[in-house]
Amino acid sequence: MRLSGRDLRCVRGGREVFSGLDFTASSGEALVVTGPNGSGKTSLLRLIAGLLVIEGGSIGLEGGDSELTLPEQAHYLGHRDALKPALSVEENLSFWRDFLGGEAFDARASLVTVGLDHAAQLPAAFLSAGQRRRLSIARLIALRRPIWLLDEPTNALDTAGQSMFAALMSDHLARGGLIVAATHAPLGLQGSELRIGGSS
Amino acid sequence: MTALGALITRDIRIALRVGGGALIGVLFFLTVVVLMPFAVGPDLALLTRLGPAILWLGALLASLLTLDRLFTADHEDGSLDLIVMSRTPLELACAAKALAHWLAAGLPLVIATPVLGLLLNLDALSTSAVALTLLAGTPALTFTGMIGAALAVTMHRGGLLLAVLVLPLSIPVLIFGVAASQAAITGPSSFGAPFSILCALSLVSFVIGPFAAAASLRHGLD
Amino acid sequence: MTLIDLANPTRFLALTARILPWLAAITAILLAIGLYQSAVAPDDYQQGATVKIMFIHVPNAWLSMFVWGVMSLAALGTLVWRHPLADVAAKAAAPIGAAFTFLALVTGSLWGRPMWGTYWEWDARLTSVLILFLMYLGLIALWRAVEDPSRAARAAAILTLVGAINLPIIKFSVDWWNTLHQPASVMRMGGPALDRAFLIPLLVMAVAFSLLFLTLHLAAMRNEILRRRVRALQLIQVAQASQRRA
Repeated sequence: MRLSGRDLRCVRGGREVFSGLDFTASSGEALVVTGPNGSGKTSLLRLIAGLLVIEGGSIGLEGGDSELTLPEQAHYLGHRDALKPALSVEENLSFWRDFLGGEAFDARASLVTVGLDHAAQLPAAFLSAGQRRRLSIARLIALRRPIWLLDEPTNALDTAGQSMFAALMSDHLARGGLIVAATHAPLGLQGSELRIGGSS
Repeated sequence: MTALGALITRDIRIALRVGGGALIGVLFFLTVVVLMPFAVGPDLALLTRLGPAILWLGALLASLLTLDRLFTADHEDGSLDLIVMSRTPLELACAAKALAHWLAAGLPLVIATPVLGLLLNLDALSTSAVALTLLAGTPALTFTGMIGAALAVTMHRGGLLLAVLVLPLSIPVLIFGVAASQAAITGPSSFGAPFSILCALSLVSFVIGPFAAAASLRHGLD
Repeated sequence: MTLIDLANPTRFLALTARILPWLAAITAILLAIGLYQSAVAPDDYQQGATVKIMFIHVPNAWLSMFVWGVMSLAALGTLVWRHPLADVAAKAAAPIGAAFTFLALVTGSLWGRPMWGTYWEWDARLTSVLILFLMYLGLIALWRAVEDPSRAARAAAILTLVGAINLPIIKFSVDWWNTLHQPASVMRMGGPALDRAFLIPLLVMAVAFSLLFLTLHLAAMRNEILRRRVRALQLIQVAQASQRRA
């Protein structure tokens, strides 16, 4: 599977964020996107996820499921956690697992993997920032999709959480998955780097 | 569980757990009905004559006020991004959310109508007529209102704008809802004609609402 | 950093700069002719001279709906083809349409006063126009509520199309409501089939007002394009300033 973008242009709020951007990411490897604040790392991820309109250029996916669009084969882990405070941890996870569509795995087991098993019945409102992040990560393993689009994924995670996530990412790549991650912190992944914006 | 079933269940669960649940809408409905005599005077004959209108206005305003959060909450916590990326078409997801909203907020209003009918001195026949028209018409209010909710999703004080946008579109529902109720109560003109038109309006809104809302949400994601 | 795509808007500006003075002149002439013809038209046997308000009221009422139609076409341009001029056309038309609607309401009210004895009676036709006026105001409010111009254009486009679909429904409902609550009115606004003597001035005024809309619309579109250019230049200034500082 190969995900590539050619001559991409992004405009937000009337302001051009970047133009003429090219990138490639293949199965089993991670594309790490770096750059200063405001350079368009989040915008690039949202472009790929289909959440932003592509003003110029194109994005193509080779080798995926031809019946599905690109966003339908991707997980997006953004700044916000997409959690409902009124629902329990398990209810939150089960909802996304049932609703998003894809290869679904046991919700409980996913909670165990991210270390939230003990909190399964707690309302999500009681979670700390790091725990909320873990719950979002649980979504990535409770429902398998080949492409992971990650925006500052280790934000709010403690060291244990970071190692846990690094292991999950390696697992995903080993299974033939593909990762595009925007980050300030090193993720410990094999792959290429794309630097957007800023002076060299 | 199916995808849409999961979405409807989730939305109903949240609606029932947060902010007083279904009861707050009913409470507002009650409050509006209680306000009316202070405005028009406690003349029972007048209140009875105005009964269907008062109940319909109360239901309209109550459903309008609860529509504000239909999409805003999902937009703010990032759930909307994921909903757009799901394998369920966004139009169906919007329809499911509207259905959940009606079940949690609109249906309780219909159920509360008989009690409120007592306050307005409406007899059993009249109250049933009004309740039936509300049952057929509140879905139209929800599915029309969702368009305003989607357009105003990114605005923090979007509630007022939502009302301004949605109320003109809700006028036909109001007209036929009250007309059908009055027809059942006072007799000469037929109940069937306005009631069928009311049902037709609901059915049309089931199509237009989700499509317009989905289009607005997609365009508003930037 | 680029400015908005200048190709079409530039041609548009150049073209309208040439034709607008002529358009304005023709509009003025036609309006003058129409007004003269209205003034010399015979008085109605029932309503007297006040029927002549019709020559302003009816074209304005037609235009209020016509402008919504123009905005609907522009809305399609925005949503389907994403044409930048469509955004501009829609935004420029809304206040003009609202103004025509308001004029229709005011002239309708003045026309009705001698007949009804009040300035407002919930007559079916005028009530529909009143609802249309509310919809115009709501649309303008939506334009102003969304910061980003292209997002605002898309939101307004959706509302315009939904409104266009609903307008016949609203008209039908209001007519129904009116017949429920009032016995058949004696003095309908439209009146019986118009006498030939009335028809020609009415048509002249209708064409004159349509040209007036076209003139105002093109002028407003020019203003909107220039406004957007100023905004783009300001954005470039800001970007350059922050680059220099970095």
